[in-house]
Amino acid sequence: MDGPHAASHHPEPGFWRKYVFSVDHKVIGIQYAVTGLLFLFFGFCLMLLMRWQLAYPGQPLPLIGGLLGDDRMPGGIMLPEFYNQLGAMHGTIMVFLGVVPLAVGGFGNFVLPLQIGAPDMAFPRLNMASYWCYFVGGVVMFLSFFAPGGSAQSGWTSYPPLSNIASDGQTVWLLGMVFLITSSLLGSVNFIVTTIQLRVAGLTLMRLPFFVWSQFVTAFLLLLAFPPLEAAAFMQLMDRVADTSFFMPAGLVISGQVAELSGGGSPLLWQHLFWFLAHPEVYVLILPALGIIAEIIANNTRKPLWGYKSMVYSVIFLAFMSFIVWAHHMFLTGMGTGMSAFFQTTTMIISIPSVIIITALVLSLWGGSIRFNTPMLFALAFLPMFGIGGLTGLPLGLAATDIPLHDTYYVIGHFHYVVAPGTIFALFAGVYYWYPKATGRKMSELLGKLHFWPSLLFMNGIFLPMFIQGLAGMQRRLFDGGELYAHAGPVLMWNKIITHSAWGLAIAQIPFIINFFLSLKKGEVADRNPWHATTLEWAAPSPPPHGNFATEPSAYRNPYEYSVPGQARDYLPQFEPDGSGAPPSERSTNPATA
Amino acid sequence: MNPWPDQFPLFPEAASTVAGEVDAIYFFGLAVAAFFSLLIAVLVLWFAVRYRRRSEDEIGRPEKAAVLLEIGWSVIPLLILMVMFAWGAKVFYHVRRPPENALEYYVTAKQWMWKFQHPDGNREINHLHVPAGQAIKLIMTSEDVIHSFFVPEFRVKQDVLPGRYTYLWFQSDRPGRYTLFCNEYCGAEHSLMIGSVTVMEPGDYEAWLSAKEPVAGGQQLTGEELFSLQVCDTCHKPDSAARAPMLWGLYGEEVAMADGSVAIADEDYLRESILNPGARIVKGYDAIMPTYAGRLSEDELLQLILYIKSIGPEGDAEVAAAPAAETEADAGSGDEGSTP
Repeated sequence: MDGPHAASHHPEPGFWRKYVFSVDHKVIGIQYAVTGLLFLFFGFCLMLLMRWQLAYPGQPLPLIGGLLGDDRMPGGIMLPEFYNQLGAMHGTIMVFLGVVPLAVGGFGNFVLPLQIGAPDMAFPRLNMASYWCYFVGGVVMFLSFFAPGGSAQSGWTSYPPLSNIASDGQTVWLLGMVFLITSSLLGSVNFIVTTIQLRVAGLTLMRLPFFVWSQFVTAFLLLLAFPPLEAAAFMQLMDRVADTSFFMPAGLVISGQVAELSGGGSPLLWQHLFWFLAHPEVYVLILPALGIIAEIIANNTRKPLWGYKSMVYSVIFLAFMSFIVWAHHMFLTGMGTGMSAFFQTTTMIISIPSVIIITALVLSLWGGSIRFNTPMLFALAFLPMFGIGGLTGLPLGLAATDIPLHDTYYVIGHFHYVVAPGTIFALFAGVYYWYPKATGRKMSELLGKLHFWPSLLFMNGIFLPMFIQGLAGMQRRLFDGGELYAHAGPVLMWNKIITHSAWGLAIAQIPFIINFFLSLKKGEVADRNPWHATTLEWAAPSPPPHGNFATEPSAYRNPYEYSVPGQARDYLPQFEPDGSGAPPSERSTNPATA
Repeated sequence: MNPWPDQFPLFPEAASTVAGEVDAIYFFGLAVAAFFSLLIAVLVLWFAVRYRRRSEDEIGRPEKAAVLLEIGWSVIPLLILMVMFAWGAKVFYHVRRPPENALEYYVTAKQWMWKFQHPDGNREINHLHVPAGQAIKLIMTSEDVIHSFFVPEFRVKQDVLPGRYTYLWFQSDRPGRYTLFCNEYCGAEHSLMIGSVTVMEPGDYEAWLSAKEPVAGGQQLTGEELFSLQVCDTCHKPDSAARAPMLWGLYGEEVAMADGSVAIADEDYLRESILNPGARIVKGYDAIMPTYAGRLSEDELLQLILYIKSIGPEGDAEVAAAPAAETEADAGSGDEGSTP
């Protein structure tokens, strides 16, 4: 890091305290982001292995196949057990170790304190503890591949009794989850307190950038939804190691042997506890992404967000509703027709705020003066991709049409559109957008566009065919890719197209990786506000020193004052008392006091 | 060479009476999803081209207030969703509620196999035969982990859980052989847990049934044999002096509990009473029955329940039990299995 030598009033800590066990929210944010990106890459590699098996079932994987060991891929041919391990770990790693840490731990930590003008998070040491809990959880998850019998292999949902009778990797998985959940809980408390307590003078709630709102609401989701899963994880752990029967009914016959169990437990209890977290978790994945997209769209349309207030109210309503839709994942478990009808209603209702937010973002483009830099390209692509992901959920939210679609590739296509070309595109957009703030240099636009266009193409090459396969009735979690499935015959050819697209997507990430490292040294030097943006993080030097702001800024106006009539420039930052010599407009006066 | 119909089969064949109903709302939902996805994509593209930045110092136009637009984009989706909700709920209730006259088949799933039992006690593994033009109700449980019964052509799917019964019904008027899948991931050989449902003309079905050798029933104890082997009959006697509740004619009746609640004596109630007798105590009796959890296999449990369903309704043990005893080899459910 050779950024500009900004003046800092804090004494320089040593190497360990500065880069490893730092309490600075920016260092922790970057630690989170880099670790999260590494896990995203690792989870993606697991998926590439699975895709080989799906496109070429039973054929030896050239070159690396034989290196993975005889208990995984003897002679390079994948065992079903290993395929199932890859499936469970791909989901777990992408959600809990990749996307959430990058979106919340990375962007939240780095950007949120800057956007509210704070010198740091409210509890810096708690922040450090949160990162290291996450790190330990990640290491535990990674090591689970080396447990006897391999890693967890009961899906990322870990439904008992299957997970209760699985090999030791499941125990390691549960221990890893306990660390990851604890990390999220520590982080969420910190975000809530920071947002409430550390806003600078003048930054009222309705002047908060939408990104801060999205992180603030996400923190509540994490804080309230994760404890039930943590409890459930401990209960399953006890079932596995202490012979309790929270999730096990009596009289099970496992492989011809009557299981020695006290019994009396319920497998459905786990599903309720799991989805009570895992549905809000969907919004944990998507809300920070919407926050990032909102920032970038306002900045690059050079125009205030359309319907900022309805977006804020929608996001709060969405968060509330997300706690009472979980059982729409369980329509087919036999939990009762009346229950299904209730959860079907709440699921229909929760679509409304999502529609309002996406419409507001699309209409924000209307009448703008749109710049097409790399972050904006990713943001523009996000809108239809997230749209497809959300809208294809409609037939799944209705119990009647969930019957043919449940657990088919249609479901895989649906939620991947939300998180892959949806959330992950938003995260890429965020990396390109805030990179200059974090490093003092911009990323290359050329490499950025080389990253964007093939990624967009191949993302759709991967996930669009899954809808076709799912509509034909092809199921998920088949280690042979549906080879034995008579009715899947006509759609099997898509397996190869999907796999080749996945290779394409892997290759398309090379420009990003080069760009990420090369720009550290060679990127165009960025000043404080390279995008001519309006929010408070652009008042700090790039990169900001420890403590962030040389003098505490104040917020004088709403977050997105772009193209204000009567101004010389097309942006009016929140932190400037008035518009740089131009006559103050009616909308920009009134600096609020604390 | 026209790859279109083959590579884009939007539906499997529709081969059950509910399939048309499910497909209608399913198609409507997909059409709504496709239309609005396209709308978003077209709007983004159009705005991106129309409102591109034309010079470095361009100043954007001020936004117009559009209250009507805001109301429109909230209310129209709401209306569409409410229509879908009402319609979907109606279809779902229909799909979930078996008709009164449905034939009852019993399904036990295990890693990685399906076991079926016909109303007449005949058994099959993985491949089920049913008559056409007749509502079929499946009463299903699992011996180990969660499975799911899925026949794409019938548009029916139901998870099969250990420790309880779940239900599913279908009626097919189209004879043929349809593939049966396990739809809930259930371990290493989940992909291989494949069976079939063969729908036959009623006449063919009768002929097939009578020609069929009783399969795998040989070593299986009947429900009646289990009833005496497990000494159920020492307490559950068909007379008023018994220490335990009367079982003759019990099935389908209301049972008053000691805590004042009322239960319907269905399969799940009988199951619970055998495995966890302390859970609900019948009014007027003591909680003296030991648990049979772990002492009965899932199959034996099923035979016992079928036997209890078959005895009755008027409390005359000899009359009720006699036909069951004469039935060959298999569970004594007989034709009266569907007696309410």
